[in-house]
Amino acid sequence: MSTPTPSLYAAHEPVFPRRVRGWFRSFKWAVMAITLGIYYLTPWIRWDRGPNLPDQAVLVDLAGRRFYFFWIEIWPHEFYFVAGLLIMAGLGLFLFTSALGRVWCGYSCPQTVWTDLFILVERWIEGDRNARVKLHRAPWSVRKARLRVTKWTVWALIGVATGGAWVFYFADAPTLLGQFLTLTAPAVAWMTVAILTATTFVFGGILREQVCIYMCPWPRIQGAMMDNETLTVGYRDWRGEPRGKARDATAGDCVDCMACVNVCPMGIDIRDGQQMECITCALCIDACDEVMDKLGRDRGLVDYLALSDAPREQAGEAPRPALAHIFRPRIVIYTAIWALFGLAMVYALFIRPEIEMTVAAVRNPTFVTLSDGSVRNAYEVRLRNKHGEDRLFALDVAGDLAMHVTLEGTPYRAVTVPANETLRVRAYVTAPATSDVATGNQTPLRFWVQDNIAGDRAHVNTHFNGTGSRP
Amino acid sequence: MDDPRIDDLTGRETMGHEFDGIEELNTPMPRWWLITFYLTIVWGIGYTIAFPAWPMISGATAGLLGYATREEVAQDIADHDASNAALVDELLAVDLAAFDPQSDLHRYAVARGGAVFRAQCSQCHGSGAAGAIGFPNLLDNDWLWGGDLPAITYSITHGIRNETDLDAHWSQMPAYGDMLATDEIEQIADFLPTLASANNDTSAPGAVLFADNCAACHGDAGLGNRDMGAPNLADAIWLYGGDRDDIIESITNARFGVMPAWGQRLSEEDVRAVATYVHSLGGGE
Repeated sequence: MSTPTPSLYAAHEPVFPRRVRGWFRSFKWAVMAITLGIYYLTPWIRWDRGPNLPDQAVLVDLAGRRFYFFWIEIWPHEFYFVAGLLIMAGLGLFLFTSALGRVWCGYSCPQTVWTDLFILVERWIEGDRNARVKLHRAPWSVRKARLRVTKWTVWALIGVATGGAWVFYFADAPTLLGQFLTLTAPAVAWMTVAILTATTFVFGGILREQVCIYMCPWPRIQGAMMDNETLTVGYRDWRGEPRGKARDATAGDCVDCMACVNVCPMGIDIRDGQQMECITCALCIDACDEVMDKLGRDRGLVDYLALSDAPREQAGEAPRPALAHIFRPRIVIYTAIWALFGLAMVYALFIRPEIEMTVAAVRNPTFVTLSDGSVRNAYEVRLRNKHGEDRLFALDVAGDLAMHVTLEGTPYRAVTVPANETLRVRAYVTAPATSDVATGNQTPLRFWVQDNIAGDRAHVNTHFNGTGSRP
Repeated sequence: MDDPRIDDLTGRETMGHEFDGIEELNTPMPRWWLITFYLTIVWGIGYTIAFPAWPMISGATAGLLGYATREEVAQDIADHDASNAALVDELLAVDLAAFDPQSDLHRYAVARGGAVFRAQCSQCHGSGAAGAIGFPNLLDNDWLWGGDLPAITYSITHGIRNETDLDAHWSQMPAYGDMLATDEIEQIADFLPTLASANNDTSAPGAVLFADNCAACHGDAGLGNRDMGAPNLADAIWLYGGDRDDIIESITNARFGVMPAWGQRLSEEDVRAVATYVHSLGGGE
């Protein structure tokens, strides 16, 4: 009995998307210009924060452990803001996918945007689809080598610019650019640029749709986000089938011109129905509309449509309007949760105190008896100065009148906290030997910190431990 | 070899096996993916040859590159010491009697001293420096041999009553069990708690015995003498316990705490640092 031999390899079939014009193509150009513009230009926006702080609007200061975003400054202990943003990004992805399918993949995913840019470069240098297919099949020649080298060079330059823009988010952009030009930039910057140049080149120029199909988890997850009401790119087979020549009266509207297949950056046929590889870039809609216009037939053979409308349309009724598909409970719930997180974060941002203090009671030992019999507790107090200039913070305690506070290393009850820093100071609270506080167990205590110049105050509640000797 | 079987419904080739009539479609990975997979295996084998990897009887294979994490740690420590060299020089030069507690150097000394304390001192004085019976609490404001920074530094450098350092603090209280009767010792023990009060009975038998036997070192008012490490007996702090029985035990047998001369074991910068740390715990004078 013979054994069948299945292939372990799927050979890569190169995709040569044809040029297309239309509404969605124009929209995608606009999205590309905006997203790339934001990415490349943001590090160069300046924002004055005062003398001791960086003047870059968006800066991730890894060494100083600060994240600056325009007027917002995030310290490491406020990382929940970043976590909240990530949750909002996730929910936003759910929301958009259940409403409009894979719009993220089709329009704004960096993989899509950069691949689009790389294909544009490829078309400028090697020509449109037919010329590229011909060049691909042609044996190596001087002309082919020249075109290939030119294309790879431009791709590599785009890669360098991409990696270069990335590192500017982590250091002062003009300074770092100067360091690059004088070859004095730190090694980690060079390596980051090199790695991102390589990944941009390989992902955008060579792997392209393979990244979406084999590397990205999102295509596998998206099925759970979509339902019959989701507006997604589809083919009206009840209108198009059976395919035939334009003058064949018995055939459907599809003339099998392959325009939708030729423009597809994923190399698939939308007429096969929904499939994992489709990133819903909508270029097939533009391509088909162009052909339908020439044939004098209605547009929308390939269109954004909801699967729930198919039976209705087949029965000759009009499809429900797009908004009717979008406003359904699932979308409302996603939007509500998304907005809730957004509002909570804005609220948290606005109630952030100008002055911050944490108090950790020293519990080793819980109290110290001094030579005159008085009882002392120690507290590690952290004071954060989020301003760009040094500030004088005054400390006091409220609670039982018998208690008084002193600070380690200074006769005053105030400390200067340097600009944009956290200062740790040890505070002692002492109660006289015979006081109820000293002989009792625990007494509530409140630390107050105040900036006498700005007038900001903050407090932290803690406890004072007595000896517990009172009967 | 035959061509693979083609599934009728999907038009795709199958893996060729079937279980109870169920067949599996062949969905091959792209070639570049498989090549990458094989390359990672090759890389993994090369990695275990180049770096320490395979466990043997008494250790692991060393790896051709000779890489060792211990050397990296040693290098890290050397780098760290080099980066702190300037601060260490400053610490060695600073006048301890006038050490500014708000300076960065002071903060460095406290941080460094804290590490030394936890490694070397916490065994007796406790990780929180609160001491124990017989081991002084370093957080309070009661000092046997002086509580300013130079005095603390001296105590740490030379130690207390040790045999190894001639400059160690030394004093010796007699064991009064050999010299006084039991009831006389009890009378002193009864008198001591009243020392601090201004109107104590100076004609009490315990007061007379105290003046005759104890005041020479502990002072007429029992305030102690730091030159000879004689404790203050009029305060609220009792190193060996303040109960009547504890005090009788101390008078009868005498007490001698011992501390090593840390100047012989630690570098001078570590001694200065740990002294600064102890001084900053709340009792420093």
